[in-house]
Amino acid sequence: MTVQPPKERRIILKHADDPNYSNRIGCYLREGGYENLKKAFGMKPEEVAEEVLKSGVRGRGGAGFPAGMKWKFLDRKSGKPIYLICNADESEPGTFKDRQIMYKDPHQLIEGMMIAAYAIGAKQAFIYIRAEFHEGAHILNRAIVEAKAGGYCGDRILGSEYSCDLVVHRGAGAYICGEETGLIESLEGKRPNPRIKPPYFPAVLGLYQCPTIVNNVETLCNVRHIIEMGGEEFSKIGKPNNTGTRIWCVSGQVMKPGYYEFECGALTLGQMIFDVCGGLRPGRTLKAVIPGGSSAKVLRADERFTGSLKDGTAFDWGLEDIPLDFDGPMAAGTMSGSGGIIVMDDTVDIVQAMANINAFYAHESCGQCTPCREGSLWMRKITQRMCSGGAREEDADLLLSVANQIEGRTICAFGEAAAWPTQSFVTKFRDDFIKKATDSTQERNPQTLQLI
Amino acid sequence: MISPSQDDLITITLNGVEVEVPNGINAVEAAALHGHEVPHYCYHPKLSVAGNCRMCLVEMGTPMRDRATGEAILEEDGSAKIGWVPKPVIGCATNVSSGMHLRTESDLVNECREGIMEFLLVNHPLDCPICDQAGECRLQEFATDYGRGYSRYVERKNVKPKRTRLGPRVTLDDERCILCSRCIRFSQEVAKDDVLGFVDRGSFSTLTCFPGKELSNNYSLNTVDICPVGALTSTDFRFKMRVWFLKETNSICTESSAGCNTIVSSREGIIQRITPRRNDLVNDTWMTDSGRELYKSVRSDTRILRPSVRGKDLPLLEAISEAVDTLRGKKIGVIASCHSTLEEQILTKRLIELTQAQTFLRGHFGEDDGILLSADRSPNLRGALVTGLSDQYPEDNLSGLNDTLSRGELDALLVLNEDLLMSGVSEEHLQKVALVYLGTETNSSARLADIVLPGLSVFEKSGTFINRSFLIQAFEKSVPGPTGLQSQVAVLAEIIQQLSPEASIPSSDLDDIWNSINNAQDSVLYSIRYSDVKKAAVQLDGSDWSHLNFVEQQALHYPAPILRSK
Amino acid sequence: MENTLHLSEQTLSKIDEVVPKYPEQRSAALMVIHLVQDELGAVDDAACEWIAQRLELQPINIKELITFYPMLREKPWGRKHVRVCRTLPCALRGSYATCKTFEKKLGVKEGHVREDGEYSLEFMECLADCGQGPVVIVDEKTYENIEGERAEKFADLLVDGKLEGVEEFKSYEESLNQGA
Repeated sequence: MTVQPPKERRIILKHADDPNYSNRIGCYLREGGYENLKKAFGMKPEEVAEEVLKSGVRGRGGAGFPAGMKWKFLDRKSGKPIYLICNADESEPGTFKDRQIMYKDPHQLIEGMMIAAYAIGAKQAFIYIRAEFHEGAHILNRAIVEAKAGGYCGDRILGSEYSCDLVVHRGAGAYICGEETGLIESLEGKRPNPRIKPPYFPAVLGLYQCPTIVNNVETLCNVRHIIEMGGEEFSKIGKPNNTGTRIWCVSGQVMKPGYYEFECGALTLGQMIFDVCGGLRPGRTLKAVIPGGSSAKVLRADERFTGSLKDGTAFDWGLEDIPLDFDGPMAAGTMSGSGGIIVMDDTVDIVQAMANINAFYAHESCGQCTPCREGSLWMRKITQRMCSGGAREEDADLLLSVANQIEGRTICAFGEAAAWPTQSFVTKFRDDFIKKATDSTQERNPQTLQLI
Repeated sequence: MISPSQDDLITITLNGVEVEVPNGINAVEAAALHGHEVPHYCYHPKLSVAGNCRMCLVEMGTPMRDRATGEAILEEDGSAKIGWVPKPVIGCATNVSSGMHLRTESDLVNECREGIMEFLLVNHPLDCPICDQAGECRLQEFATDYGRGYSRYVERKNVKPKRTRLGPRVTLDDERCILCSRCIRFSQEVAKDDVLGFVDRGSFSTLTCFPGKELSNNYSLNTVDICPVGALTSTDFRFKMRVWFLKETNSICTESSAGCNTIVSSREGIIQRITPRRNDLVNDTWMTDSGRELYKSVRSDTRILRPSVRGKDLPLLEAISEAVDTLRGKKIGVIASCHSTLEEQILTKRLIELTQAQTFLRGHFGEDDGILLSADRSPNLRGALVTGLSDQYPEDNLSGLNDTLSRGELDALLVLNEDLLMSGVSEEHLQKVALVYLGTETNSSARLADIVLPGLSVFEKSGTFINRSFLIQAFEKSVPGPTGLQSQVAVLAEIIQQLSPEASIPSSDLDDIWNSINNAQDSVLYSIRYSDVKKAAVQLDGSDWSHLNFVEQQALHYPAPILRSK
Repeated sequence: MENTLHLSEQTLSKIDEVVPKYPEQRSAALMVIHLVQDELGAVDDAACEWIAQRLELQPINIKELITFYPMLREKPWGRKHVRVCRTLPCALRGSYATCKTFEKKLGVKEGHVREDGEYSLEFMECLADCGQGPVVIVDEKTYENIEGERAEKFADLLVDGKLEGVEEFKSYEESLNQGA
């Protein structure tokens, strides 16, 4: 039995589930809101950026790139206006953290954004929010009106010379808008086809071909806390290279799914599943876990992961031992991505799960570039057929080959997002795929949980 | 579009061999310069880079440098250590820089191409035998060169609209479309007519026009030319002819002074289509739809096919003799033409000199579309200036001729091509003079003429024109002319010969005609030979005419004619 | 510009308000489409042309968007539109069964509008509330853990028009503290 896991450390979600805490500015101000904006405005913009760099905070949207570094890439010499965009398109299956922030504590995001905008010298800021968050957009808009009335946003912020308008922009149901250049195209009023990089790196040629920073909701909220405690102090939370807290979203077949905020590396995947989330349903055993949103490579319950970490320490982990931070899942050959942990127990037909994921990516591929457009639909068609009595033994290899023809050859990371699930599912659960073709009892059993 | 100067050459390593290429061009072009094909679909040298087909994936690396010191990191053997980008990169968006390493032929590159080809074909109909694009289909060609050779696809293919009318001249088969977006980019960037777009998404994305709108601009057929597959086809040419039967000849469009470079495709002496030919100084890779129609005049009902004298058909030589008799010893007016080739104009000038004729010239003008239809609707107005047929910019009528006729100063007219009544010349005046007409099309001049001498169309002869930028361009005979007819050059040479047997005149050989004038040191044509022009267009110095008010505007990215010095 | 779509004054003024918020007016396309769709239920070709004219674009520029984004419609959904999440986390908690339940109870196949226009059902991709799946959105309200018998009960209440105020099915939005 695992020992008692560490307690949650709620920084971003400090007030999220407090029934007495409302999403209005009065409440936010009572809890010390916008004090850090004042603090930041007492500093030079480059000092603010320096604190963020020192904090080591890594992007919470999926790629985990250090935010302070991203800001450094900003082309400040062009003389063109600079834009800040908050990526609130939360769309990676298994992720539902940004929703909690925006619906329950929107001013935290606005404060973080205005500090970030000041630091990078943004002329205007946008929140690109997915359209399904209908009420979320209302809440944010109301919060912006409140913040403007208080002088925390818009014209001459806090009486200074600096102005920055903040506009809430709604998407319309497209996963690809979570990809930052797809998002920028969408915000420009075009089809959200991601841009080729080079040359269109957002920090140089972003929105309207101007230097642009795109950060995730949780990342921008962290900026507020970095200013509050100082970059140095913030960097002590969590582990080196894995600083701050992370909000993990657990879904699937555990007793207590939900969102949990922990210091990076404070617990293992096993502690999360079995202690924090109450384990599996009675009588069930663990089959697989996707640790970072559906595009992360799947982990098999009985896998072992060996190797050595960046600092040279050797590791030999079972799935349950993987530390929940950025580097742990990476060392295990997958990623923490957007923090969406999807748990599957032994009732899951793994080929159906694969088919479900493939259907998602085929539906969401923008269709711009060949490998992703054709490959994602082809993989969907293969797995769909495999689940409808038409499986062939060679399908496993074919799937793998198709996925390999996508990975690394597309315009944006969607190619990897679509290929990694297939590559990992087929490799790690090869028997399940072969069995579909060879074992006639694999015909759809009405008792099995339907996933496709 | 990057057009580096030739002196800005850099060295890159292409497939292990050091080669020189212009700085900043992309990997596709750089490889092509040294004989390595990088297959591609969406990339087009004259459109913005989309990077969507992924067919041009190559390996790219740069010499590694120590981050701290900036010094080159070397291999054990002392050569530069190359940091290869871990993933393949698209050649179309990779601009070469000094020291760059490229592999366009490697296992990874071949594997990429094989994969992309397979993906492009999974939802593409495999019915090449009934596809009109067969023979000039990049999909077919690259499938042969880089494809796997067998299909692993057992699923159903997507279904999309077939045989859609996209506009009056373009037919669309969406199932064949590989979504390269060339046509959309062309419409936005070149034709400035943003009517095409993709609807739906993913593999179901479909090229379309907005309902009720059409791809009807005068450049619509360029989308057919650049469509790498059989999705966009010319409604006119569709299923008329397999392209491998076509004989292709380089020609020049006569629609306006733009002088678009073209390819005339014919089979057994009958022209089937005209398509643009790339010339970065003139038309990039484009031409108008209207210019592609011009070949239809070759077989039009109004074509003059037989020489005639006062309404009676005669063999050509007899008709020419009649013409000579009509003109001999008279006070002649010659109506020269901006539609004549430079060689015809040279002979016309010679004829005028020998007969001391008065010269008249009119221009033909229309709206300038700012693209490739210039306001000067004749191919060779500048030829008329260069050959001295006029030292003024011509008006768009022949009122000067009308005045001269009204004063009774002329007894006979030799008219090349022009329609006199349409040019403001009164019929009453014309009835008082003898009229010889040399041209291809029936018009009022031909109807009123005593003697009608047919000529050959631009497709049936060779010659040169001087375009809006004073660029001399040669065109070649594509098809034989109608039986019994001779070129205008031959007819003019014969007339001159008979009128002044003692004068030294060139034969009807084009080289000879050029040699008769290229020895005058004060001529802009000095020392240029016909064979030079046939090899490559020759830029003339037009500064002698800089005081004239040329009507052309900016065309594409080409400025309004600014006279360049040599 | 002529109000050929007969949009309400309110929608027109919202459009006038939203367009200048962007440095380039094409950026307002999605927001204007949302506003038009909110009022008309869908953006047909006539609406495409009107929006294009309003933003000085070509109609195809708008049509390209309408057909790309699943939440934009060329034909309206039913008076009540039910969305069930299909993606893996919700599926792992029974969303396929939930969708079938709704098909049966509402009398409409997923992806369709019932003939009388009352209900439409959409089995759609991830709604970002995976911790409480299966997630169901009715019009603009999000309901959580709609599985098994709860799904049956939920659908019954929905059909009977009695969903409002039922504590057991309080939506995510209604559960928020929005007090000043």
